[in-house]
Amino acid sequence: MEESNLSEAVESSAASTSGSSRKKLSMPVRYLINAVLVAVFIVVGELMIGSGTITRYQTTVLEQVGIYILMAVSLNIATGYLGQLPLGHAGFMSVGGYSCALFIMHMQGTLGLTVRDFVTGSPAAVVLFCAGLLFGGVMAAICGLIIGIPALRLKGDYLAIITLGFAEIIRVVMLNIDGVLGFELTGGARGLTGIPSYTNFLNTFLVVVISLFLIHTMMKSRHGRAILAIRDNEIAAEASGVHTTYYKTLAFVVSAFFAGIAGGLYAGCIGVMAPAKFGFMKSIEILVMVVLGGMGSMLGSVLSATVLTILPEALRAFADYRMVVYAVVLIIVMVFRPQGLLGTYDFSLTGTLERVINGELPWRKPKKEVDEND
Amino acid sequence: MRFEKISRRSFVRLMGVTAAGMGSSVVVTACGGSSGGSSDTIKIGVMGPYSGDVAQYGLPCRYGAELYFEQINSQGGIGGKQVELNEQDEKGDATEAVNVYNKLVEDGVVAILGDITSTPTIAVAQASVADNMPMVTPVATAADVVNQGGNNVFRACFTDPYQGKLMADFAAERGLKTVGIIYNVGGDYEVGVTEAFKDEAAKKGISITSEQAYQAGDADFNSQITSILSTSPDAIFCPNYYQDTGKIITQARKQGFSGSFIGTDGWTAISNPEGQSYASGQDLQNCYYCAAFSANDEDEKVQQFVSDYKAKFNETPTSFCAMGYDAAMVLAEGIKAALDSGVSDLASDDGRQAIIDGIKNGTVDGVSGQISYPKNGDPAKSTLIIGFEPDGTEKVEESVPYQE
Repeated sequence: MEESNLSEAVESSAASTSGSSRKKLSMPVRYLINAVLVAVFIVVGELMIGSGTITRYQTTVLEQVGIYILMAVSLNIATGYLGQLPLGHAGFMSVGGYSCALFIMHMQGTLGLTVRDFVTGSPAAVVLFCAGLLFGGVMAAICGLIIGIPALRLKGDYLAIITLGFAEIIRVVMLNIDGVLGFELTGGARGLTGIPSYTNFLNTFLVVVISLFLIHTMMKSRHGRAILAIRDNEIAAEASGVHTTYYKTLAFVVSAFFAGIAGGLYAGCIGVMAPAKFGFMKSIEILVMVVLGGMGSMLGSVLSATVLTILPEALRAFADYRMVVYAVVLIIVMVFRPQGLLGTYDFSLTGTLERVINGELPWRKPKKEVDEND
Repeated sequence: MRFEKISRRSFVRLMGVTAAGMGSSVVVTACGGSSGGSSDTIKIGVMGPYSGDVAQYGLPCRYGAELYFEQINSQGGIGGKQVELNEQDEKGDATEAVNVYNKLVEDGVVAILGDITSTPTIAVAQASVADNMPMVTPVATAADVVNQGGNNVFRACFTDPYQGKLMADFAAERGLKTVGIIYNVGGDYEVGVTEAFKDEAAKKGISITSEQAYQAGDADFNSQITSILSTSPDAIFCPNYYQDTGKIITQARKQGFSGSFIGTDGWTAISNPEGQSYASGQDLQNCYYCAAFSANDEDEKVQQFVSDYKAKFNETPTSFCAMGYDAAMVLAEGIKAALDSGVSDLASDDGRQAIIDGIKNGTVDGVSGQISYPKNGDPAKSTLIIGFEPDGTEKVEESVPYQE
């Protein structure tokens, strides 16, 4: 991993020295291109759903794809970028889900909103939706902070075990808090029911896109570079003046925050929260997505979350054998691509565009040689 | 562009991308593969966990339902139309259950038989309200299934609170004045039943001498039993699943307790003289539980069902099979009533409402007793009190009619 980063760095420095004649896209243009593409994706999606080309079943699956993309990308911050192995991501998801659902259910009554308002998207409902998600995210982030400070003193297996334990604590608290404290909040083993369905394709994907953008910009900033430096070599990073404890905790808390937001979306999408669904296996499921996509690659997480969410549904035709096929797909990928689908490679659309503008196409050899041949 | 300059590596990459693209397009089409329905069959969706942790509850229900619809089809179907089942697995997961529900709606089913376990069933019930989709769950006993669902949600089984109340009445009838309780505090079923039992016991003048809780996974209950026995109760109420109950009864008998044990339908399968038993027939003397169905019931239609089931699946049906069979019967009677009322398209809004009305107004003579729906989606049905022969064979002690 260190080597590849080194070679990347060399490449980029070489490109910056030799590429004075190379055409470049300015930052506003880059943002514009990406923003337009995202807008096109969402508008086309909405239109196709509106016209019935994408059916309701597919819409629900797409919403879940969005939720799991956010889960995988947020776990990728801690796993791929920070280089730790937390196994308690489902715990943060459940904290966010419960907080967001309870917040919206209790505020809904005081604001006098009905389920219909969430469908039509009245301003008050939109505000409540955003506030609920933020509340869920912040609660999860607080949990992330509580667990992060002691846990990040440990590394590797030890960290995995302590985070695993913490997620179990969250699950057991959700299960017993009502009975022990004597009030009606989470519904205990019965689960939390009657959550209004406040998510749809549009708001799910808007939240996902905004979250991905925030994570991306954070990783490209000074703070993100510091986190990557800790992954590559913690001692070297500390020697260079990176405040490692601070940045490790920061990455962990940000990871928990976005998991909380994904949990909030999940609660609205399914309408029921039960502690049993957020056990160890859920954390593993998300970790599988990250590992399969390639640790440290955002596009990899997005792709594998998409594939692994759609795959079990697409394989319904195989009936009883579908879980076997699912497992076989996982094994095949891991055998032939042990570094994950994309490794640490991250795709940049505008970067590719630049290369195309400059005529650097994959099947063409570097310019000089082409000239010689011609 | 000169194609001969494409290297082998680029070519392989290109092929890889093409293959991935084709693969994903297959996936997309597979996702959208909805079949056009023909009007001479009635499509019914059957959903439940057929793989995963709770498949042991989902599969028997499905088999029971399959048996019923097979019999109906061989008798000419419902109103001359054959029934076509669309069976979907949801692995006991609420997320998949909602997906399955949406898929079934898209596939054009007229009604749904399912779901099985509580949380997914509540999720589906909530989702089904907007479509007014007729839905009958065979075994989801949690109160919220009907409370959170609309008028379109029915169940074939009785609820947790109903059983608790029933057994408290039974204890009062048998003159058991003092009762100790031992239950799993982490299970929604056990907690729900225990609460209802305590409420009714207070009304009937039964005193609860000791209430002992344990955690799921415990295997040694001696300390709890000792505390209960120190208050020398007439009976012990044990509303837990059969694995735990078997250990509790055996350990209590070892400590010298000779009074009654009373329990609820979680005891099903506690004793099977031909197979695995969780407590011996001797220990099970003076033990009673309530259930909707017993394969040893001498009732004629029950015996007919047992022999039909054995002929098809080569094993004795459990109560889950019977509930699946009865849920199918409830649904079929509702559809029949809807067809009789002259609805042309069952999948339309009117058709769905007609099926719901048909279920609501009908009375079904199922193998688990007579089922009708006087109030909401919770059935009014009779209950069996089951005791044990000295060799461990179950015997029906009495049949208790439905009471408010």
